[in-house]
This record gives sequence, structure tokens and C-alpha cells, in this order.
Amino acid sequence: METANIHHIGNPTNRVDGRLKVTGAARYAAEHEASGLLHGVIVSATVAAGRVVSLETERALSVPGVVEIFTHENRGSGAWLDRNWKDEVAPPGHPFRPLHSDRILFAGQPIALVVAETLEAARDAASLVTAAYEVEQHCTELEVKRSEAYEPPEKRSGIPPPPEPRGKPEDAFERARHRIAADYRIRAEHHNPMELFATTCVYEGKDKLTIYEKTQGSQNSQGYVASVFGLKTKNVRVINHYVGGAFGSALRPQQQLFFAVMASLELKRSVRVVLTRSQMFYIGYRPETRHAISMAADNEGRLTSIIHGAVAATSHYEDYQESIVNWSGMMYHCDNVKLSYGLAKLNTATPCDMRAPGAAVGVTAFECAVDELAHEAGIDPLEFRKRNFATLDENMGKQFTSKALSACYHQGAARIGWERRSAEPGAVRDGHELVGLGMATGMWEAFLMKASAEAKLTPDGRLQVSTAASDIGTGTWTILAQIGADALGLPVEDVTPMIGDSSLPASPVEGGSWTAASNGSAVLAACEAIKQTLFKHARKMANSPLTAASFDEVVFLSGRIALRTDPDRGLSLPEVMHASDLDEIRGSGKAAPKLLQMRKYVSYTHSAVFTEVRVDRDIGIVRIPKIVCAVAAGKIINPKTARSQILGGVVMGIGMALHEEAMTDHRLGKIMNHNLAEYHVPAHADIADIEVIFVDEQDEKVSPLGVKGLGEIGIVGTAAAVANAIFSATGKRVRDFPITLDKIIR
Amino acid sequence: MIRFDYVRANSVAEAVTALSSPGTRALAGGTNLVDLMKYDVMKPRRVVDINRLPLKDISERESGGLRIGALVTNTALAWDARVAKRYPLLASAILAGASPQLRNAATTGGNLLQRTRCYYFYDTSTPCNKREPGSGCSAIGGLNRIHAILGASNSCIAVHPSDMCVALAALDAEVEVVGPQGVRTIPFPEFHRLPGDDPQQDNTMQADELITAVILPPANFGRNHTYLKVRDRLSYAFALVSVAAALEMRDGIVRDARVALGGVAHKPWRDNEAEDLLNGERPDETTFRAFAERLMRDAKGQGHNDFKIELARRTILRALMQAAAGTPQNQSDKVIR
Repeated sequence: METANIHHIGNPTNRVDGRLKVTGAARYAAEHEASGLLHGVIVSATVAAGRVVSLETERALSVPGVVEIFTHENRGSGAWLDRNWKDEVAPPGHPFRPLHSDRILFAGQPIALVVAETLEAARDAASLVTAAYEVEQHCTELEVKRSEAYEPPEKRSGIPPPPEPRGKPEDAFERARHRIAADYRIRAEHHNPMELFATTCVYEGKDKLTIYEKTQGSQNSQGYVASVFGLKTKNVRVINHYVGGAFGSALRPQQQLFFAVMASLELKRSVRVVLTRSQMFYIGYRPETRHAISMAADNEGRLTSIIHGAVAATSHYEDYQESIVNWSGMMYHCDNVKLSYGLAKLNTATPCDMRAPGAAVGVTAFECAVDELAHEAGIDPLEFRKRNFATLDENMGKQFTSKALSACYHQGAARIGWERRSAEPGAVRDGHELVGLGMATGMWEAFLMKASAEAKLTPDGRLQVSTAASDIGTGTWTILAQIGADALGLPVEDVTPMIGDSSLPASPVEGGSWTAASNGSAVLAACEAIKQTLFKHARKMANSPLTAASFDEVVFLSGRIALRTDPDRGLSLPEVMHASDLDEIRGSGKAAPKLLQMRKYVSYTHSAVFTEVRVDRDIGIVRIPKIVCAVAAGKIINPKTARSQILGGVVMGIGMALHEEAMTDHRLGKIMNHNLAEYHVPAHADIADIEVIFVDEQDEKVSPLGVKGLGEIGIVGTAAAVANAIFSATGKRVRDFPITLDKIIR
Repeated sequence: MIRFDYVRANSVAEAVTALSSPGTRALAGGTNLVDLMKYDVMKPRRVVDINRLPLKDISERESGGLRIGALVTNTALAWDARVAKRYPLLASAILAGASPQLRNAATTGGNLLQRTRCYYFYDTSTPCNKREPGSGCSAIGGLNRIHAILGASNSCIAVHPSDMCVALAALDAEVEVVGPQGVRTIPFPEFHRLPGDDPQQDNTMQADELITAVILPPANFGRNHTYLKVRDRLSYAFALVSVAAALEMRDGIVRDARVALGGVAHKPWRDNEAEDLLNGERPDETTFRAFAERLMRDAKGQGHNDFKIELARRTILRALMQAAAGTPQNQSDKVIR
């Protein structure tokens, strides 16, 4: 007897913020105004290591409209201790302090902030600031520092180190019938969200600030500002209603936040600071990684040895870490596994999380190596993976709460037409093009984080749900409205979500694909509290049809609370509130990891990515006419925004496979392609048919909503599937990403 | 961005007068100049806006051919019915470049004056002889994947980024410029120059001259032509190598062959002596291979761009096959047939 207006969950739903975004009504961090707003422009270091000996600011100061130029010599004072500079997601080390001293640790490091009455004056003046340096030797090349790689002494919170080795991987490798050993290299990538990093800091009076900020965590930025500048948390409000993409780059407070706040406090004026596209290449990135992988299999194609060692770049001041090699010990069944992970220090900014940090690179290298071994063993790569299916997380010896990966393999293979694949590489030709099919498995952890929410129902039948989550384009606004609507049986239009504001109930940063499960479950719990209150009042009403019912025996649908067995008998929500003389009903709820369950279980999202590529046999141009990404991610709240998440991840995976790469001139220690003309991401022409499949997966353990999260999984495995398809097409195994055409025709 | 004065010219004469004062630059579509000003690469003291000048027409010439006003946008030119029908090579080359938004703003004259996309030219913190004469060339021994394999010098290995100009070079276009001394016409091969010892000079125009038109001769190679562009992604990237090929064929024999290369030199590259190898020959793979070999005879890599030499050979061969077969590269279809 359920009516059509319920079950918003699972129903493709338009973005509730869509209209605001396409009409320009949604304001981003740099679009907020304040009276007497000043503009700050950052001046960046042009050397990669050394000291600033002198800064010439006189010419800049003479530009009309310039108010102040901050350098390490006259900056506002910040906190003394490192721990006051650590944000929620900071890796171990000494967090970067802008303008802290004359020391230069990386090219592009800020050395001054010019503040002026207009942006034009600030830019003009910034171009006139010159610095003299005492240059020291730098190194930005991972290959050079690879031999000095070290195991990070202090582990980053939330990032499990590689598991202890199991079995005898070296012996097994030596004895094995089939084996491969290969080195993979994946170059550094930059997030390049469309929206530039921006902060508009509104000075509200002594030590009180409202900050419009590009961030994935309003409360993380709030805590950082309060801690660095010694302000009361309640006097710092951070607002990030809309975020124009981030991909991890806005998890940590970035330089512009410090500068806007510092200048605002010093000058007692409102200040806006926006980074340029070029400056965004020096604030955090996906580090270059080198992978040495050896693997072996027996006669039947069963894995007998996996050895995966990775070295990743980090900065001189922090040990940024991600989980790169752990996946290789849990994607397939294997008794002999050895995984290792080291860091090498370079003169760069600290890397930072970028979509599926760790997995995006680790799984790419590993899944290419799996393809190599399958080929070596003469077994179809999909069949090879099926034979080595892992039913347990063998790193931890725990069960999966669900793993519908077989369905992903099955449905993905059917949609790409896997049976067309030739076992012999380079054998299928169409005109000048060689045609190949490739595939890979993807995996990402399904997190449930601590989060809080509140809900408020008013007698007009409208529901407000609030939590300090962020929506970086992922669809959080919309799914929270859907969850609230389903919980109370309301139309989605009658639910007003409130997010993107540090004054709302506590939320972690928006990352790791955990927002839907965590904030969604908190909202669900808050709505449950309202339902309990409503039920209590409804039962007490005169002539209530629910008097004899228990809570389990009622349903909320079509704006009413009614008997489950006879939904015609019930009361409208406004009726209950009016009768009980209630102006509003409030509920609060929380989500938290299920620690007890986690002793036995782990939760992961899985995927299978299948690609068809066509490679011009003479010229090496690669086209990807079709990609199928089959995903097992538990319950899908909004198939529309969910699909968009996977599409975006797949496109980014294509970028990793074919295009994206920071090009550093190691003589200068500088990234040279620091703009979107020369740092290539896929263009529309590079993207053809991407088919997204969500396979059915019921998981009551993973989160109260049964949701696993989707932000990362689309990229994981995609680059490997493309590379494996290129091998299938050409017989050429390119182990250095991105696979540009010169590497194919070489 | 440095402060600058802005003046608007209401006639060609006014524009030329304005350009005669040092540090003045003409502003047309602004798609490159404004970028370069924002990056502090170009710092004109004064900008003269020429967008109101009456240079927006495409007209027939009495002696045949077309006269294209300098302010005709790339989009208007590519989709002009006469150009599309009579000079499909030119239309195709234009559509291979940039994006629709940029082509809507970019002009014919401005396209000729595009600056190189060399990373170092764009980054004012690095030495670059083109940006700052005498400071050195960072691309030599640096990142030079996109750099020149032909005609480079010890001072500069940058390449000219235009697609349109490669077709204009193949078509033997002419550039009409006007200066204080009046109008003169520059044959296309003489318009852009090789870097030599003064790479700051992209072309042979004087600072106080203004492009007023590009002239297309009657010979249009409407039947056997192609523009084949090879780049790092399928759209919206500058050429690693591009080839404009145009063949005049009679009775199965090549009578007049024109092949211009983009992405390989400081100017659109043509080699008349090599082209003579094709004239009078049958349009077959052997002939084309020999030609490609000859065209690359003096090619020299810089390390990262070594691959371009073999890539250019293969692209030339494919382009000539396309042209000979009368099946030009379609710029929307990304398959290279």
C-alpha cells in the first residue's frame, strides 16, 4: 500500500541546488561581498630551496590603492606550536606556516601578500615585488631520491601501514611456473578543480570573523583558524555552501585561508584572497609513485606470490601517507604476500589526498601487473581474476560485510562484449586502428565516520535537516533531502537541507566517500527522533486511530502517520502538531563507526571496469569508444548523482591513463605546465560512451542506510583497464603513466 | 598585470599612428594577448583596440581568390560558404584548433600573431630569449617535448602554435599589412621567421605595422587536400605535429604538391625542394615515404621531442594518402582514416 511519493531513496532525483547553480545564484567563496573589502594577491617564490635574502617592496607599495604588503618580516603572529597548525587531516610532521621565516622549502612557496583596495592594484603591485635569494641545492626528482626512501616513523591517522608479510613470497616466486616482475611509474597529478581556491574573510568586529571559504570541511577550517590565530571557536564561522569541485585538494586549509584571515585581523578589514591557477599547482597534489611488483601463479593460474613495493614523494616538512600497496594483499586470494611502502623527500609542497588517494595509483600498477601475469600464464584476464577471487580480507583476516564483485564481473563483461576479446594482443584491426579490450578490478573502503545532524519539523509539514557536511559537487544537498523525505513520508520539495556552515551539527571533512553513509545516517537518526516524538503525541490525541499501536506498527507516508496494516487510518503530521500545540519538533541524531562489528568485518566498495580502446597503429593516437564501470556500492540513494560520481571518476581515470602529468623542470625545481592549456585533462572529444552499472548489493551491516559511498570508486581501476586494453590492442605494455602517444610509437 | 593605457582606433590610419608610439600593441580578439598580459609575459604600455575597424569582410578578388579582412573571426572564416567550398583545407585547419569559444573571439590577423606555447616563455621566472632577449633558452636541456625539430637555433627552439597558418602556408597566401609608409604585401613564407639569434621577433612585420588582410590566391586544392593534426588529446591541444597537404592531380599524376608542417618549427614549415620530389610522380606510398624522409632530412631532436621526427614522417605519409585519395581528415570524427 505504499504510494508513489515515497521511496525517494533509489529514485533518480534532480539536484535540489541545480537551479541555483545553473542560474549563477549559488555563490562560491570568492563571490561574497563585504563592505570595504580588500583584495590580497600572493607573491610566490621562484626558487625551490634556500633563503629569502631581501624583498624589494617599495615599488609595489607606491602603486595607488596598496594598503599593506606582508612578508615574513612583518606578518601577523600565529600560534607558536606545531600542533596548533595541525588540521583534522594533517599528516605527521611540521605543518606549513606561510611567511613563517625566510626559509624556502619549495618553488611556488608564498613569500609575500600584497593587499590593496582593488584586485587590479593588488595584482599590479604583486608583479612589482622582487626577491633576492640565497639559493640552496634542491631535488624534485623522485628517481634521484628513491634510493633514500624510508618507512614513515609516525603513521598518519586513518591510514593503515602495509600489513606484515605472510607466507614465503620470495620462495614461492622462485618456485612458480608463471611469473612476472615489472616496474611501474605514475607521475604526479594535480586536482585542478574548476573553482579557484578562495577565501572571503568578513571582519565582523574585534576577533570575530565570518569566512566564506573553499573547503571540504567548514569545521576543519574553523578549528584551524581558531587555533592558529588564538580566536574563540564561536567567533569564527566558516561557510562553504557551494564548492566548485575539490577532489581532495580542499580537505586541508590552504594558503589563501591563512592569508585572508591574517590580513583581516591585522588590518581590521574584510579581505579576499584567491589563488591563481598556477599557484594551485603548489598547494598539494597526488605524489608521483614508483612501484616494483613481482607476482607468480601456478599451473592453474592461482596466485602463489605477490610482492609490491611502492615509493611515493612527500615534502621536506610532512610525511604525507596514503594506502597504496595494501590493496594488493586483499584484492585476490594469495598465501604469500609482501607489501612495502616508503617515502622520499622532495622540495615540493606536501602532497595531499586526491580522489581515491593511494588506491588510484596502487591499484593501477597492481591491476596492470595482474594483467601481465594472466597473459604470461595464458589465461583470460577476467577468468584469471575469478580464479583468484578473495572471499576474505586476507590482510586482516576479516569478512566483508558484502562483496557483489562477481556480479560486477558478469554484468560488465556482458555489456562490453568481453567474448570479442582476442587472446592474442595486436590481432584485431579495423582500418588503421588496432582494437583491444581490457579490464581491471577496483576497490575502495566504505567508511562510516562520526557525524551529527539535527532535524526540525514545523506544522506546515516542512522538514529541515542540518549537518555541517560539504557538497563538493557530489550531490550531498540532494541526498539529504531524499533521506529526510523518505524518513517522514514527505515530498522531497518539503525538505530543506542545510549544510556548508560550521555552525551546524558536527561533521567530518567531506572526503573518502564517507559523506552519504555518515551524514546521511546521522540525518536519518535525527528524523527517527522526530518520528518517535510525533508518534508519542499522535497516540495521545483524542480518538487517535493509533492509540493501540506500537511504534513498529505505524508508517510515515504521504505526510501522514498511519497504521502499517491499514494506512487509511492515520493522522496528518500538521494535524498532530496542531492538536498537541507544537510549534516545531526537533530531533538530533548521530552516526559512528560500529567498533564491535569492525572486529570481525570490513566494508569495501568494489568495481569492475571494462574498456575498449582503439589505437592508430602508426601514429599512436588512443581512442576509448566505450568504458563500462560496474559498481557494487550497497544501496544507491540517488542513481542520478551517483552515476555522475562514477562518470567523473572514470573520466579522471582516463586522465590518469592518457593525459595527466605535472611536468617538472628538475633543474629549476619548478612545475612548468602550471595551467589548463598545458596540464592536460581529458577534453570532451576524449570521452565517448561510459556506461555505469550499479549491481544489486544489500548490506545491512555497512551503515544504517546500507550505503557505501561512491566518490572514489569510479577512478580506481580505470587507468589500469585502459592500459590493459592498450596492451590487448597493440601488444605494447607501457608502464609509465600517462600513456602518451610517444610511448606507444616508440 | 601591469597598468596600461587603452585607446580605441576608429580608422586604420588612427591605429597605425597609435602603433608608432613605442610599447603599443594592437588588441583584436585578445585570446592570446590578454592571457600573456595577465601572466606578465607581455607588458604593453598602451593597447590600441582595433575591433571597430572595417576589416571584417571576406571579398572576392578581381584576379580570383579571396581577400579576408584581418578582423574576420576564426569561426566566421571557417564557416563562410565560399571558404568552406573553395578552400576546405583552410576551414579544416581552423576547426582543428582551439575551442568554439576561442574561435568565436579570435581573429584572422591575431591568429597569425599568436605567440609560442613554450612553457618557459609563459613563466616569467625562467630565462627565455624570446621573452627576454639574452637571458638564455631554458627549453634547451629542459622540458622540450613540444618543441622544434626543424629550423631551431641555439637561442630558441620554440614552435609557432597556429593551425590556420599551416594551411595558409600550404595555400601560398599573402599577408597585407599597412604602416606609416603605406600598404605592402608579404608572401606567407616570408611572414613568420626562424628564431636565429633574435627569437623575440616572431615575424617580419614592423612594430608600427598592422595586418589588414590575408589574401588567398585562386588555386584552392579543393579536391585533394587534408589537415591532419596529431596532439596529446583528441581536442583542445596544440599540435605535436600537424600536416597541411594539398595536391593538384591530373591523370593520376601529382602536378603541384604543397605540404606544410605545424608544431615542428618556429614557423609553418615548407620545403619547396622536397615538394618537387612529388611533382610528376604517382601518388603512392613509396613516393610519399621518400618525400617524408627528405622533409625530415635535417630534423634534429632535443631529447624529449625526439619522437616527433618519426611521428612527423608517419603523419606526413598518412596525410598525403588522405589527400591523394580525396578523403580529407574530418575534424569532428577523431578516427584518422
